[in-house]
Amino acid sequence: MKFLSEYRDQKAAEQLAQQVWKKVTRPWTIMEICGGQTHTIVKSGLEDLLPRDITLVHGPGCPVCVTPIDLIDKAVAIAQRPEVIFCSFGDMLRVPGSTKSLFDAKAEGADVRIVYSPLDALKLAKQNPSRQVVFFAVGFETTAPANAMAAWQADHDHIDNFSLLVSHVLVPPAMEALLSSSNCVVQGFLAAGHVCTIMGYEEYFPIAEKYQVPIVVTGFEPLDILEGILMTVSQLEEGRHEVENQYVRATRREGNRPAQERIVEVFEVVNRQWRGLGEIPSSGFQLRGRFKKYDANRRYPSSVEPARESPECISGLILQGIKKPHECPAFAVKCTPENPLGAPMVSSEGACAAYYHYGRRQNHDRVQPELSGTPSR
Amino acid sequence: MCLAVPGKVVEIMDDGDIAFRRGRVDFGGIRKEINLAYVPEAEVGKYVLVHVGFAISVIDEDEAQRVFKYLEEMGGLQEELGEIPQ
Amino acid sequence: MADAKTMTEFNLSCPVPRVADDRIVLAHGGGGRLTHQLIEKIFMPAFGNPMLEQRHDGAVLPVNGSRLAFTTDSFVVRPLIFPGGSIGDLAIYGTVNDLAMCGARPLYLSAGFILEEGLEMNTLRTVVTSMQQAAAKAGVQLVTGDTKVVDKGKGDGVFVNTSGIGLIETNVKGTIGPAAVQVGDAVIVSGDLGRHGIAILSVREGLEFESPILSDTASVWPTVEALLNAGIEIHCLRDLTRGGLATTLNEIASDRDICIKLEETLIPVQETVQSACEILGLDPLYVANEGRFAVFVPAAQAEAALEVMKKVEVSQGSVRVGKVEETPGRTVVLQSRIGGNRVVDMLSGEQLPRIC
Repeated sequence: MKFLSEYRDQKAAEQLAQQVWKKVTRPWTIMEICGGQTHTIVKSGLEDLLPRDITLVHGPGCPVCVTPIDLIDKAVAIAQRPEVIFCSFGDMLRVPGSTKSLFDAKAEGADVRIVYSPLDALKLAKQNPSRQVVFFAVGFETTAPANAMAAWQADHDHIDNFSLLVSHVLVPPAMEALLSSSNCVVQGFLAAGHVCTIMGYEEYFPIAEKYQVPIVVTGFEPLDILEGILMTVSQLEEGRHEVENQYVRATRREGNRPAQERIVEVFEVVNRQWRGLGEIPSSGFQLRGRFKKYDANRRYPSSVEPARESPECISGLILQGIKKPHECPAFAVKCTPENPLGAPMVSSEGACAAYYHYGRRQNHDRVQPELSGTPSR
Repeated sequence: MCLAVPGKVVEIMDDGDIAFRRGRVDFGGIRKEINLAYVPEAEVGKYVLVHVGFAISVIDEDEAQRVFKYLEEMGGLQEELGEIPQ
Repeated sequence: MADAKTMTEFNLSCPVPRVADDRIVLAHGGGGRLTHQLIEKIFMPAFGNPMLEQRHDGAVLPVNGSRLAFTTDSFVVRPLIFPGGSIGDLAIYGTVNDLAMCGARPLYLSAGFILEEGLEMNTLRTVVTSMQQAAAKAGVQLVTGDTKVVDKGKGDGVFVNTSGIGLIETNVKGTIGPAAVQVGDAVIVSGDLGRHGIAILSVREGLEFESPILSDTASVWPTVEALLNAGIEIHCLRDLTRGGLATTLNEIASDRDICIKLEETLIPVQETVQSACEILGLDPLYVANEGRFAVFVPAAQAEAALEVMKKVEVSQGSVRVGKVEETPGRTVVLQSRIGGNRVVDMLSGEQLPRIC
């Protein structure tokens, strides 16, 4: 596939890795923000190409993992109503709530359907006027324009049997929260490429300045991530702390203006709970103005029991990159994808699931890629 | 939620309001109808990045070559500096 | 804000009740970990006997000096009719292939139908006609059957079960199965992956293809027969149905306590199938196939085996994808395109599409 396959080229990957080996003179800890990036790193075994000096930690860039448990419980409660068709992206289905996941609810007879686009959910509402269609609008800023458009089109076409259960989270406040923690071990960031495609990367300049950390907007293919790491390492070695853009083919500094306008029309910024991290101010979206009528939280007032988290799940420490999944005592023992104790084990981007499936159960030896002309270390 | 896939615009259908602007996009042999509201500059023949049924960006084909040009330069430099092994 | 619990504070008892334990969920039918758990926890304890414990695609039964293979399979696919075939084709070829995987010549099939009230007669005709044609192509006879009808809403139109008997020819030495796999064996797949699963999904998801992706449903017996006739030393055969190549290889690695090492660059996936997987967020390694199988042969015979396989139409695209190593046991490892390594794990249940 054009503009995809070429960024998986082996020779180019080795060359970029070689450049990283050349640059590195001491240990650095770099965090990639987005779950999609985690997925690529672990799936391609990218860390095997890098020197031991580079530690990659996986950040909270998994909207599935950070959706608060009581919202999952709410989703399940709504899905169990007989008049409701509950639509969701596949990612959310297996996340455990206090007692069950949406998948479990489906097994018990709830009408839960996987959709690929919020517009599919809207279409279902039009096709099923006697049912109530509720869409689980989870995601970072990347998905916000799509969800905003679903609400906007519903309003335009006067569709009433449609609502959104919103759990949008924003990246820059989360980064700030991580950086301001005294536990923060991260020295450089690979920012989420597609989030920045929408929002641009203007917001990261004050963060880079305040915390003196390099931030490189990075894409999702192996070459993107290797180049992003190279750019970050270069900055770290040279004592710079700037915002740079690796993902130049898809992302501009000002982002996508029409998308931003639609977001602002439909959503407003609010404080949000992040599962595992607590409340972060101004870190979420909710429906505003004339779109409030589509808020599923209002249509289905809560009567869920207070949420209970497993005391064993250390997802907070994992999401901050302070611990790696295999350092959790429950990892792969009590906590497995079939019996997850917390969200990072369920979501395919969750650090724990990625580690479990792709096998980082021990720290593998890193061997410098065998390349002609590579200086040995 | 960040899975976005590049595809080529093969047809554009304008239905009045920009919000309803759609296109037929080809992803390596698969065609899907995609909402183009957020890429007013998209034209037939251009590549767009698609996420959950929406195009979120037009791919800049020149910039897409940047990393490969950089690697070519690096390869060339290595030759100059004599770092290719015997 | 941060949860700063230290390791010593953990109380290792889980308060979260596990619903998956007291009910059947869809994932139990996915062919992955939960299916295996179901077999181990419910079926094996009840039925366990040496034959069943072989855990191969079919049972090999000694009968008066000959060896018969016996297998059964049920088909619950939706949609009933899809690009490249129907539930009828799957019902015939699925069982024929399970027999072939034992090294047995497929001979006789039975067919049991559970029909849903309200099913259109024309649909049934289509299914039955495709079964007749498939049986003729595969050289088997449908010799006995049964029909039941259930209330509307209690079935997906048609459920079919087929059972089959085959004869293990005298030129098959020993038993073909995971037990015969050796360290050093070459792993070959009989063609490109993922067509069936994507063909099914394309109907469900309304995907349009420039040139449509057809299910690869077909009998693989001709290839197995060719290998046997050429005297290739076959250690193991396994078809790549539910759960795809990844699941099949995990089963074998687990049974035999060996490591299967794959190379991503060698794994054959057609471009459109790859594109469909990219869009839906699926991994082709886990997508179902219906006319594809993996074969384990000694490394020295790999070239010869490939030559034989490529001459048969259904396995023209045969390719060597990996090899058997000793460690790490019970694991399938993949060397990625860019040279890094990762474990190819067993899925817990069905692979769900993702957008993240």
